[in-house]
Amino acid sequence: MGKKVLMKGNEAVAEAAILAGCRHYFAYPITPQSELIEYMAKKMPLVDGTFLQAESEVAAINMVLGAAACGVRVMTSSSSPGISLKQEGISYIAASRLPAVIVNVTRGGPGLGNIAPMQCDYFQATRGGGHGDYYTPVLSPSTVQEFADMAPMAFEIAEKYLTPVMILGDGMLGQMMEPVEFPDAYPPQKDPSEWALGARRTPDDRHIINSLYIDPYVLQEKTETLFKVYEEIKKNETRFETYNMDSGAKYLIVAHGTAARVAKSAVDALKEEGVELALIRPITLWPYPYDAVAEAAKGKEKVITIELSMGQMVEDVKLAVCGECPVEFIGKAGGVVFTPEEIVSLIREKIS
Amino acid sequence: MATTRILCAGFGGQGALLIGKLVAEAGMAEGKFVTWLPSYGPEMRGGTANVMVVVSDKPVGSPIFTKMDVLVALNQPSLDKFAKDTKDGGLIITNSDLCGDPENKDKIKLAPVPLTKIAEEIGNVKAANMVGVGALLQLTGCVERKSVEDYLSHMMKEKNPALLETNMAAIDKGASYVS
Repeated sequence: MGKKVLMKGNEAVAEAAILAGCRHYFAYPITPQSELIEYMAKKMPLVDGTFLQAESEVAAINMVLGAAACGVRVMTSSSSPGISLKQEGISYIAASRLPAVIVNVTRGGPGLGNIAPMQCDYFQATRGGGHGDYYTPVLSPSTVQEFADMAPMAFEIAEKYLTPVMILGDGMLGQMMEPVEFPDAYPPQKDPSEWALGARRTPDDRHIINSLYIDPYVLQEKTETLFKVYEEIKKNETRFETYNMDSGAKYLIVAHGTAARVAKSAVDALKEEGVELALIRPITLWPYPYDAVAEAAKGKEKVITIELSMGQMVEDVKLAVCGECPVEFIGKAGGVVFTPEEIVSLIREKIS
Repeated sequence: MATTRILCAGFGGQGALLIGKLVAEAGMAEGKFVTWLPSYGPEMRGGTANVMVVVSDKPVGSPIFTKMDVLVALNQPSLDKFAKDTKDGGLIITNSDLCGDPENKDKIKLAPVPLTKIAEEIGNVKAANMVGVGALLQLTGCVERKSVEDYLSHMMKEKNPALLETNMAAIDKGASYVS
């Protein structure tokens, strides 16, 4: 590992992507991910990479599709409203079975909303986002270090399963500085001849990248193949972290990303008062760690989901817990971030 | 020290964010856990800017806090806005050239420092924030002077050695003013 440096999440994920071999980046500016595109503008030319500020988000995501089809590691980034515009392209990339990484540094919504951190794009991220029968693996970091570590992880997952992968940060993780270390070596890119155009492995090997299948039976077969891949992703790539699990806690907290790190502070604070809480933090939001959440909820009196939204992940928690115990929700809208003290008092209300 | 929460605030351009960054960089160099979270938004020149810094010997959960141990207020609007959020018994460092006393001055430890005047005496009014860093280090001990000096040396020793000297002089003046 290299030396620790103090960096914003936006910069750290950009640096990690470059270190991981990403040499193509197409995007359109938006707050609160501006430092990411700025960092790429500054650094890509130094590594003979391509930085292109597109004329729109729609253009940028289609450039990503094109670069991915050519077999290079490619990334784009944006924030909530910009990601909405990119959904058409993301659907096409998923249907075309191409690897690409999309960073979403979310902000307040709906509409133009504001530039404060929010987790209100959980549904959009975890349910495909664009049109059609598809999913996108979604990684949710909760520290700047994790944000950086997820860049190579996202490329690996994208290339292993030929799918777009989303890193779902938020305005706080993007803007905040924390110490971050970059590893000395990164996993190399997978041989792109498996998917790329112009990479003929045998004389008969033709790569046609397409998402249009007029014959319903052909589209049926293609979609079923896609969902077989999703089963593999669910089996191999589901990730989560647990905290204070062996404390004999009667209550379970479920939170991801920024909300999870604030919730951890609340768990520590309540522990000092003699109240034990267990915590589970989904790291992949799709595939969702349903089994792990169900297991963690076993024997608990109550499960409390904490989100920076009016309640989106809580639906997955309910699916996981499946009526075994009550699932409560603590949320905040508008881009207002909880303080640990607030969460502590809200949790106290829920368990008293 | 378990955890120190510091809020630095001032007009945009006064260097409040840099005070926080120096503390965070120094804390990191000392192997501590740190977070640095700026206020951000469509700000204008002369508007307000502030940063929340946490320095701790254990991993930092929330980088956001409602109550802080230390407030560094570089101007009156910042003091008016944040003084009440300082914990009872906490510390408020003000730029006494631009600030009066906060309403809760009986509940906290107040350190009024003429940051602007001291910086002018050194010959660079822009170093007022560094005078504040000196006072902050002296009164809290949250990070070592040496760690701050190492970071500043790394940043400017080759590019601008004279500025490094000015900054360190400002830090030392700030420290000696409050000791």
